[in-house]
Order: sequence, then C-alpha cells, then structure tokens
Amino acid sequence: MTGKTLHSQQGRGRSALVSIIALCLLLSLPIFTVLWSIGADSDGVWQHLADTLLWSYIGQSLTLMTGVGLLVLVLGVVPAWLVTMTRFPGSRVLEWALILPLAMPAYIIAYTYTGMLDVTGPVQGFIRETFDLRFGDYWFPQVRSLGGAIVMLALVLYPYVYLLSRMAFLEQSVCVLEVSRTLGASPWRSFSRVAVPLARPAIVAGLALVLMETLADYGTVQYFGLSTFTTGIFRTWFGMGSSTAAAQLSAVLMLFILVLIVTEQWSRNKARFHHTSSKYSQLHPKRLAGWQSVAAMLFCVLPVLCGFLIPFLQLSWWAWDTRELVNFGDFSNLLYNSLRLALVAALITLVLGLGISYAKRLQPGMPMRTAVRVLSLGYAIPGTVIAVGVLIPFTFFDNTLDGWMRGQFDFSTGLLLSGTLGAVMFAYTVRFLPVSMNTLDAGLGKIKPTMDDVGRSMGLGNWQMLRRVHIPMLRGSLLTAALLVFVDVLKELPATLILRPFNFNTLAIRTYELANQERLTEAAASALMIVLAGIIPVIIISLSISASRPGHDSRIAD
Amino acid sequence: MTHALQIDTISVALQNTPIVHDISLQLAQGDIGCLLGPSGCGKTTLLRAIAGFEPVTQGSIQIAGQLVSKPGSQMPVEKRQVGMVFQDYALFPHLSVEDNIAFGLTGWKAADKLARVQELARMLHIEELLGAYPHRLSGGQQQRVAIARAMAPRPRILLLDEPFASLDVELREDIAREIREVLKQDGITSILVSHNQLEAFAMADEIGVMRAGRLLQWSTAFELYHEPRNAYVADFVGEGVFLPGTVIDTLSVSTELGVLTTHEPIAHKAGDLVSVLIRPDDVIHDDNSKETARVLKKVFRGADFMYSLALPSGAKVLSLVPSHHAHPVGSDIGIKVEMDHLVVFPVD
Repeated sequence: MTGKTLHSQQGRGRSALVSIIALCLLLSLPIFTVLWSIGADSDGVWQHLADTLLWSYIGQSLTLMTGVGLLVLVLGVVPAWLVTMTRFPGSRVLEWALILPLAMPAYIIAYTYTGMLDVTGPVQGFIRETFDLRFGDYWFPQVRSLGGAIVMLALVLYPYVYLLSRMAFLEQSVCVLEVSRTLGASPWRSFSRVAVPLARPAIVAGLALVLMETLADYGTVQYFGLSTFTTGIFRTWFGMGSSTAAAQLSAVLMLFILVLIVTEQWSRNKARFHHTSSKYSQLHPKRLAGWQSVAAMLFCVLPVLCGFLIPFLQLSWWAWDTRELVNFGDFSNLLYNSLRLALVAALITLVLGLGISYAKRLQPGMPMRTAVRVLSLGYAIPGTVIAVGVLIPFTFFDNTLDGWMRGQFDFSTGLLLSGTLGAVMFAYTVRFLPVSMNTLDAGLGKIKPTMDDVGRSMGLGNWQMLRRVHIPMLRGSLLTAALLVFVDVLKELPATLILRPFNFNTLAIRTYELANQERLTEAAASALMIVLAGIIPVIIISLSISASRPGHDSRIAD
Repeated sequence: MTHALQIDTISVALQNTPIVHDISLQLAQGDIGCLLGPSGCGKTTLLRAIAGFEPVTQGSIQIAGQLVSKPGSQMPVEKRQVGMVFQDYALFPHLSVEDNIAFGLTGWKAADKLARVQELARMLHIEELLGAYPHRLSGGQQQRVAIARAMAPRPRILLLDEPFASLDVELREDIAREIREVLKQDGITSILVSHNQLEAFAMADEIGVMRAGRLLQWSTAFELYHEPRNAYVADFVGEGVFLPGTVIDTLSVSTELGVLTTHEPIAHKAGDLVSVLIRPDDVIHDDNSKETARVLKKVFRGADFMYSLALPSGAKVLSLVPSHHAHPVGSDIGIKVEMDHLVVFPVD
C-alpha cells in the first residue's frame, strides 16, 4: 500500500515534467520556425536582400544600438548614483520619478515629439512667429532621423539601466566605499574607481535589456522610416511577399539577441557574487549644496522631463483639444478590445506561470530548471519575430488542412488559426509568460520550504497545499504578475499588428494607424490611455524597490 | 505490545551520501524521546526520515504498528499523521494564530475545532494571542503556537526539531519542562532533536546520543549519566575525565587515586589496562585527606566551584567543591574519592 502511494506520487511528478516540456516545445514554435527558415528556399529573395538591403539593416540597427547604448549609460548610471549617494532638493521624489519614462512606449514618445517638433508643430511655429522667419531660413534638428530615434529610444529605455545600477549601488557595502574614502580617494574617484566597477555587471545587464528592447522596437523605427531589422522583416514579408526571407532575416536578428541574452545572463551571475561584505550599514547620503545641488538636480530632472512629463502633458493637451473628434462608440470599442486581450493574456500567463513555477518547486531537478530557462527566453524575442514565427506555421496548417478537406470532402475549412485572436493570444503567451513566471517564481522562492513541510505533515497534498498555503501567501505576487502582463499587452504593437484578425483594432493599433496617417493629435486619446496604464507597473516597481532595500524590514513573506 | 514508534536498523542517505547508519530504537505510547548530539551527527535527518521527508535506504519504520518506511517504499508525509515543529516555527503569515492552530483540523466539526484550539491555547497559555498574526509574536510565543498547531490534529507522533534553539538560554530548561507537562497531559508521543543535554534531561523520558550518524546509546537520562555505554557518551553527557587504571578483579580497579571498588562486576579481567570515568561529584574535597592534588584552574558557579586538579602524576580530575572552600590556583588541596559503581572502558 505504501509502495502504491509512492509510485503514484512519482508518476504525478513525471507527468508534470512531461506537460511542461510539451508546453516548452509548443511555445518554442516561433523559434523553431525561424531556425527552420535558415535552410529553406526563399526563391532568391534572400540573395536579393543580401545584395542590397541586408547591410543597411545591420548597419542602421548597429548604429541605433550604439547610440542608444551610450546615451542610456549617461542617463541611467549618473542619476542612479546621484539619488543614491547624495541628497539635493527633490532627490527623494526623483528616486522614483526617474522610472516614469518606463510607462511611455517608444512609439508613442516618437509620435509626440514628431508632432511637437515638426515643421508644422508648435515649437517651430513659435520660432517662426517670434523671429519672423520662414521655413528653410533657420536650422532645426530633424526628429524623424536615426539620431531622433536614438534619443527617443534612450529617453524611455534608460530606466532599465537606472534601476539595475541603482539596485547595485544600494547593495554595495557602504564599508567598501568608506574604505576608499579613508584611503584618500575623492568622492568622484570612489565613484569611478570603486562604485562603478563594482556595479558593472548590473549596469551591463541593464544595458543588455535596453539593447534587446532597441532591437525589438518596431513602432519608432517604422515611423521614422529607418531600415532596421524589424522594419526589414515587415517589408520583406508584406512588400516583397516572401515569408521565408522574412523568417531568415528574423534568424539574423535572433543571432544579435542571442549575444545580448548571453551577456545579460553572464553579467547577472557575476553580479550575484560581487559582494565581498554582506554587512550593510545605513547609507549616509551626502547633502549637496550650491551649484553642485543645482547641477545634480538638473541632471536628474532632465530625463524625467523629456522622457515623461513633456510628452505626457503634450498628449493630455492634444487629447483635450481633440475631444470632440473622438467617436465615443469607436473609442469604447478599442478600449474593450484592448482590455479583453490584456485580461485574457494576463489570466493565461498567470495560470501557466503559477503551474510552472509550482512544478519547479516540487520537482527542482535539472530537466525542470532547463525547461523553465528556455521558457524565460521568450521575453527576449522581438514581437516581430514571434509574429513571423507564429504566422508561418499557422498559415501552413490552415492551408494544408483546407487543401486536404477540399480534396477529400469538397469542403473548405478556411483559416482556423491564422488571423484569429487565438494566434494573437499564442504570441502573447510566448512573449509574456516569462514575465508572470519570473514574478511568481521569485514570490514562491520567498516562501520558506518549511512551510511546505508543515503543510505536508498536516496531511495536505500538492493541490491543497497550493490552494491553502501558497496561493494565499502569493497574493501580492499574483497581482503583480497579472498587472505586469496586462500592461505589457496593452502596449504591444508589432505582434498584434501582424497577427490580429482583419479589422480588429486596439488602442495601440489605432494610435499607430492615426500616427501613420499624420493625424497625430487625434492619436493622443488612445496613446494617453496606454501611458496611464503604463504607470501601474512603474508604481509596482518603485514599491518593490523600497521594500527590498537592505536593512528595510519586510515582515510579510510575500 | 506495539510501540508508538519502532525503528529497525534504518539507514538514510541524502544525495547518495549516507547520513544515518543502522539505527534501531523504540518509543512507548505517550513517551518523550530525544535525539541528542552535536550538529551534523544526523539527528535531524533521522527525524525527517520518521516524518517521511527522507526515504530510508535500509531497515524499516513503523508508527503505531503500521509500516511507513522501507527501502523503495515510503508512505507520503501527508498520510503519516505525524506532527512536526520546525526550528524556525514556520507559522503561516497569512493566518491568525487561531487559524494557524486549526490549520490541520480539516474535516472537523466547527464546534470540535474551536474546542480543540481553545484547549491547546489554555494548555500553552496563549489564549490572548488567538486573534493576533504571527509577525506580531515574540519568538517564545511563536514557538507555543507552532507546538499547538502541530499537536492540534492529535498526531500519532509529534516531532520537534531543535524546538528551543532560538529561545534565550536561561529560559530553555523551564520551557522544556513546561512543554513536557503539556505533552504528557495530552498524551502525545514525541521525539525532539537537541544538542543541549540539559534540555534533553528536562524534557525526555528516553534519550539517544548520536554521533556521526550512529546511535550510541538509547536509554534514560539517569542511565546515560551513570552507565554510559562508551567513552563518547560518557564524555558528551555530563562532565568528567578518564583516569588510567589496572583491573585487579571484576569488582576493583587500581588507580592513582587508590583502589576503586564497585558493587556491579565489570567485564574486564585482572591485569587489563582501562580508563575509569571520574565525575566531578566523585571527587570530594577534604582538608583532612592525605591525598592531595594541585589546583590548576577554578570556575566559580555560585553554590560551588568546579576545580580542575592535577594529580602528582600530572593526570587531571575535576572536583565539585562548595564555594566557601576558596583555594588559590597553584595550592595543594586534600581530596578523597567516593564512588559506588565504576564506569570503565578499555584503553584505546
């Protein structure tokens, strides 16, 4: 009898592992498709690409990455150091305000600044009026350029570097810094010789995330008419009509992403073992005065101002200005579609994420950890690539089935998978499952294993344990995970654009379409909704940071 | 008669490393046992094997006559009806004290549940805490709640892993005695794990001394102290030193302190070289005695001094001396030996 219960338990563990590996394979479908394309025949389109546009895609993508990378380092690391180690007027507020641009999707800030700074925009209009000039009489930077794209992306992506380097500065043992001061190093020298090198792995990890997002961006580069990988994939498929070549281009893009993933993981591991002393003494930030405090304040205010406040106010103004143009029924339909997608995706990823991270807790073996690792990579794959990788196999399935049914039964099944919300949801799951999974995994990790032991000794099985012990203790993490996915889906553009059913619109799609029809001010209402939703995860992040600060007492286990 | 717990020649391995070797012991219904030993001796692993968290690689475990562990076949923890109190208490932070205690009472009628919770709260003096949440409790209060929670479903065996380790040293013995009363009152068979012998003496009926995964002796506290089965147990339990001696016959041994005699025959033959266990209470300070020893060190303990003494040969003994006999270090004092039984071990 005891033997039987033993076996059934092992069997359950194995079936959990099998289903997670199956899920892993299913969600890797886009990647497999992209890999498969490498060996496929694209009827000469690939050769044509290689001869003409490929180098411009690679060149512009690399230039974009270099520019954004350099700019986010300055915008991220310096303010992180200033708000952590010094005090100046407003530094407390700036601590969290510096994350705000995270709420602003790159394509929305790009539309907004274009609307503001274009020839017809208010800024140039003001210049012409004030100085009585005509267009062409004066020099003004062109927003819709490679340089413009670099600034736009850097303005909304620097918070990744800011967050991770600030975390690293906070965790650095103050003792190490104080030692360097007693050894005669000036504050600047302690910063450049001790603090930054110690925080380097964290900074590099943040940089890798920024560059992944840069490569994944579609909305900004498309609007600015640049030739990068993502726009190239779109053009190859929808302009040249070659899905195979689009997938092949995706494969090249994935190569770049792969380098970034490896860099990021490697730096994270390094960051983990970078603390020589585990003793934290209270940080004693230095109070700045005079011109120093003004300079520090300006340096920290500028990114918030340009990355969030100005575009936010401009959007609000436009939204107010165009309120009569908004068709209420139309708008509520958009809102309904967006919320529906985001809600369903949040639920799916929540259930799957909880299942996977709980299974990993019960069966923490090698195979399970590997499966979870593979699933975590989905977040690094650009939406464009996922869309290509979903659409090709789904279309193939639909066409094959349809052809076979026609041949056999003279009956057309039409499109069962492609162009449905199911396909959209599948892509969301691939991309956003890691978000909920990692959040829940971290939450579960904070529940001590003895809690499970207590539950077991009280006679609880796996399922009851999840229901009575883990879910109640995870409530905070569950909510966070759902919200993060919810907002990510609201912002998502390229995958939705490619995979959505005909005539199905969301807030993000509508914003994109209006902007591309040069109706920027009308796009403001939907854009503003997305930005407002985007503020939610910013609040979550800033709360979780202040709770996890060393020395900070977080009593409740979740 | 079926024992509440019967362990036969079990071995346990963690990640293929053998931790517990060939251990057997029994515990009668309602008795309290203690696994005593230094950290790393395998006592917690043995406890977890009884609970069912670790599988056995050899032997068997029976709880109330039911086979629960044998190689390749373990009854899952949740089916064993064992209660466990963890070192860190592991109270559920999202539940009140009352709900924590009632956690394992699934399927009980509401009235019975309430009665049981209140009964335990009364026994453990935590009635006023029932509405509180764990993070507001002190360490001692958390411990009582953890014990109440584990006792609530009337487990067939209650397992306590270093239950007093996170309490103040001065309180441990008192609390151990109090918890013993509660367990006895409820009639729950229990096993605790400890590295502190005073705790073990205060709480347990039977004590097992463990070393490097083996159980050296399983007996009452009195027997452990007075009839240790080997030199390690003699040394680990209580204080004392070994003095070399030569066996004269089965009732007497010649040592530097003279010929020591016993009522119970020893298992050595004449001429054998042996070590004789000398406890501090065996060596009496007597100013009139002709035998003297030099004071090497003394530790004031309130009512008495613990003297470390050097015999003329250089061999050391300990002596417990009333504290008004304050002799300076380096002086010679008179001693005599009073023993009614001998504990001897062969010389290694």
